[in-house]
Amino acid sequence: MELAQLIVGGIAQGCVYGLIALGFVLIYKATEMVNFAQGDLMMLGAFLALTFIGTMGLDYWLGFLLAALCMGLLGYLLDALVLRRIIGQPQFAIVILTISLGFLFRSAAGFIWGHETQVFETPFTNRIIALGELVLPLESISMIAGTVVLAGLLYLFFNYTRIGNAMQAASQNQLAAYYMGIPVKRINSLIWALSAIVATIAGVLLSPVSLVDPSIGFLGIKAFAAAVVGGFGSLAGTVLGGLIVGISETLAGRYLPPGFKEIVAYLIMLGVLLVRPQGLFSTIQRKKV
Amino acid sequence: MNEIDARNGVRVEAGARQPGTAEAPRPLFEAHDISVSFGGIRAVDGVTFDVKAGEIFAIVGPNGAGKSTIFNLISRIYEPTAGRLYFEGVDITRVAPHTIARRGIARTFQNIELFEHATVLENLLIGRHCRAHPNILAELLFTPRVRAEELRHRAAVEEVIDFLDLANYRDQRISGLPYGVRKVVELARALCAEPKLLLLDEPASGLNTEETEEVAFWIEDIKNDLGITIIMIEHDMSLVSAVSDRVLALNNGRTLALGTPAQVQSDPAVIEAYLGSDAP
Amino acid sequence: MRILFKTSYLDDIRLIRHGGYTLWYGALAAALLAAPLVLAEFYVGELSQVFILAIAGVGLMLLIGYTGLASLGHGAFMAIGAYTNTYLITKGVPFLVSFPLAGLAALAAGIAVALPANRMTGIYLAIATLAFSQIVEQVVVRWESVTRGFQGLPVPPPDLLGHPLTRAWEFYYLCLAVLVLVVLGAANLIRSPTGRAMVAIRDSEISAQSLGVNLVRYKTIAFGLSAFVTGLAGALLGHKLKFISPDAFNIILSIQLLLMVVVGGLGSIHGAIYGAIFVGGLPQAIALMRDYLPGAIARTPGLEPGLFGLVMILVVLFEPLGIYGRWLKIKAYFDYFPLYRRATFKRQRSYLKTERVR
Repeated sequence: MELAQLIVGGIAQGCVYGLIALGFVLIYKATEMVNFAQGDLMMLGAFLALTFIGTMGLDYWLGFLLAALCMGLLGYLLDALVLRRIIGQPQFAIVILTISLGFLFRSAAGFIWGHETQVFETPFTNRIIALGELVLPLESISMIAGTVVLAGLLYLFFNYTRIGNAMQAASQNQLAAYYMGIPVKRINSLIWALSAIVATIAGVLLSPVSLVDPSIGFLGIKAFAAAVVGGFGSLAGTVLGGLIVGISETLAGRYLPPGFKEIVAYLIMLGVLLVRPQGLFSTIQRKKV
Repeated sequence: MNEIDARNGVRVEAGARQPGTAEAPRPLFEAHDISVSFGGIRAVDGVTFDVKAGEIFAIVGPNGAGKSTIFNLISRIYEPTAGRLYFEGVDITRVAPHTIARRGIARTFQNIELFEHATVLENLLIGRHCRAHPNILAELLFTPRVRAEELRHRAAVEEVIDFLDLANYRDQRISGLPYGVRKVVELARALCAEPKLLLLDEPASGLNTEETEEVAFWIEDIKNDLGITIIMIEHDMSLVSAVSDRVLALNNGRTLALGTPAQVQSDPAVIEAYLGSDAP
Repeated sequence: MRILFKTSYLDDIRLIRHGGYTLWYGALAAALLAAPLVLAEFYVGELSQVFILAIAGVGLMLLIGYTGLASLGHGAFMAIGAYTNTYLITKGVPFLVSFPLAGLAALAAGIAVALPANRMTGIYLAIATLAFSQIVEQVVVRWESVTRGFQGLPVPPPDLLGHPLTRAWEFYYLCLAVLVLVVLGAANLIRSPTGRAMVAIRDSEISAQSLGVNLVRYKTIAFGLSAFVTGLAGALLGHKLKFISPDAFNIILSIQLLLMVVVGGLGSIHGAIYGAIFVGGLPQAIALMRDYLPGAIARTPGLEPGLFGLVMILVVLFEPLGIYGRWLKIKAYFDYFPLYRRATFKRQRSYLKTERVR
């Protein structure tokens, strides 16, 4: 039973990794940018929720919604005001830019909310469901459920809406997409808004477990492993990657010597990169010369 | 008079030498039954030809016929699924890609793969890499031997600059150069490798009439003055007729015809592939 | 307007291109040599820090700026260099032996990273180096018999043939000497076939290979050399801090190194040095500005990374060529005066072309 318990915990943690990684992959699929500040967007979203729900005392779901909307707006503005200007520059510039944004967010969060760890009330904190011998914390259930719902919605969005198709076109050849009348810039900003909302959801769902302080953004680095396993191309693959990482981490923490839990995510990632350098579900092909 | 090659079922020029026969010198380059498939598509399907030293050999065919793929097989960018390639009698079908230049085969690329952020001179100096023997420790100290080698390579590169009239562009970055000049730089860089065999991938594409004529002159000069054998992929049939000794026509990865330009241009199978037939 | 007349091929190969350079570099050398005599000990220490950062920066530049291979984990090489050096010294090995050995340990790690990294491209390579550095950090934390984990390791001063260098100015000259050697080595490499091969790999792997460049060999060399130099910097950093622990070499350090070479100007040794000056000088600049900033902002911890991030954003948006790039433009203005045209440096408008088909 302990094993089942651990696996549930691992799935829940993996779902959070998967959600953060979904944010990466969304942006990558649309604009081929890798957003190294994704974890810090999650952190900002969690802090905003803290302000709405904790400090201002709003109802949990209302505060959640407000935080998500605010972060969506932030994501949109981020792209419209800052990231649009570097379209066409090599990917390296974007890496540097997003890393720097992460620094800025962390510093700003520390300035606005302070560096101590804080927490706010959620309907899921410290509540459990008992299934026979299995004790399932409600917060874990919320992470899993939230991820499933969100992943499903995103799948439908990308494959069955015109905007989803337009996003795929813009990511493969921007100039051609422009010619086809696709409002590429607006679409990219919408993607960033969407990604920020996804990050906020991850942050709020995670907050009962990880609490809220400026450094929770570093979780984003482990979420990279999930995105890499998924090959940066497939939403399902990304969630699957998150689950693999989450479960492995939890099991490693219990059964392997200390220190392995911290690095198992990276070992998995390196393993995948060695065997299939382009990820398990990727879309990279050879250039025709 | 024309023999039908039993293997390919196409007409072959009368008296064409088969590889390795006693009375003729071994051709510089031979492709035997070379094939490569990508997924289910046979990009190159059992192509056989040989190129004699000192000749200009053209490969023509519609888009997608497999011409650049053959070059990529020779450059070892792709792995063939069948067949063999021989250069100077040595089997090069599976050698490491970076050894091809040292053996004496250099190429240009259809979409110009120059080093954008470097100057023309630096691009050409990299072309000398296969004729250099770099030693890290000596280079870190920049010993007199390293300096002497640098001067030697610089002199060699200047010869090519003279040959192709690039002196004006020596210190300019590639990113600022017009298309026609870039094509010449790409050619120059391949020449800096001192090749015995030069693979030119569509040397005249994107050039206007005057520039194409210049290319024709360069090609003849390379053959006559430098003694380099050339295999050329080209769409411009007038250029092909003007400079080539023999032509290979491909379609859908398979050989259509092999012979002199006149023979190939009048071959019915070639005409059908390019222009379509009258049959309903 | 300056016009350079070249009379021999050596003019293009020499390190010092013309008389003006001799003047400026000579003055710089004199100033650096005289610094400990005029500056207070604190500033001598700060300059040593800049030198150490510059050494690491040159190491990273070799990899990113010249070979085009991204690394988000160079802090790991500094850690390996620092811990190897400290461990050997505490076992009685003289500094003149332990120092190069520390570099070699980092070199070995660099080659170990290069072997799998050869098959990865772009963003995957960057993330793989990130993963590598996190793993190294854990190893340092857990290998307590050697590193004493979180307790940290005190670092004895370096010794030159038995004479310990305990004074700030002695350490200053040591760092300066190492920096000069590293810069000369790098400059020599750049103007040699190996350096050109590395640049070729950055710009077009396929055509580099078709011209005879063995990709695996040169990428491995790039990683190895880069790690070696960075390892030396790490060893010196250990001596400077006098005490090392795993969080001295964490991911923040790796990212700072990366941002440092970008702000300085990617692709040139000058860039690495300007970046080091910037990063080394930032804390001083903030200390100076503290008096002018509103109290709340000035007192917040974490102001330095935030400010660094803000500067980086501005650099990427407005001057992607970094400090050195801006300096080149200024120099070009004076060199071409009065014929300077802004359009020479105007960036071409370009559209995103997918890198997924490469």
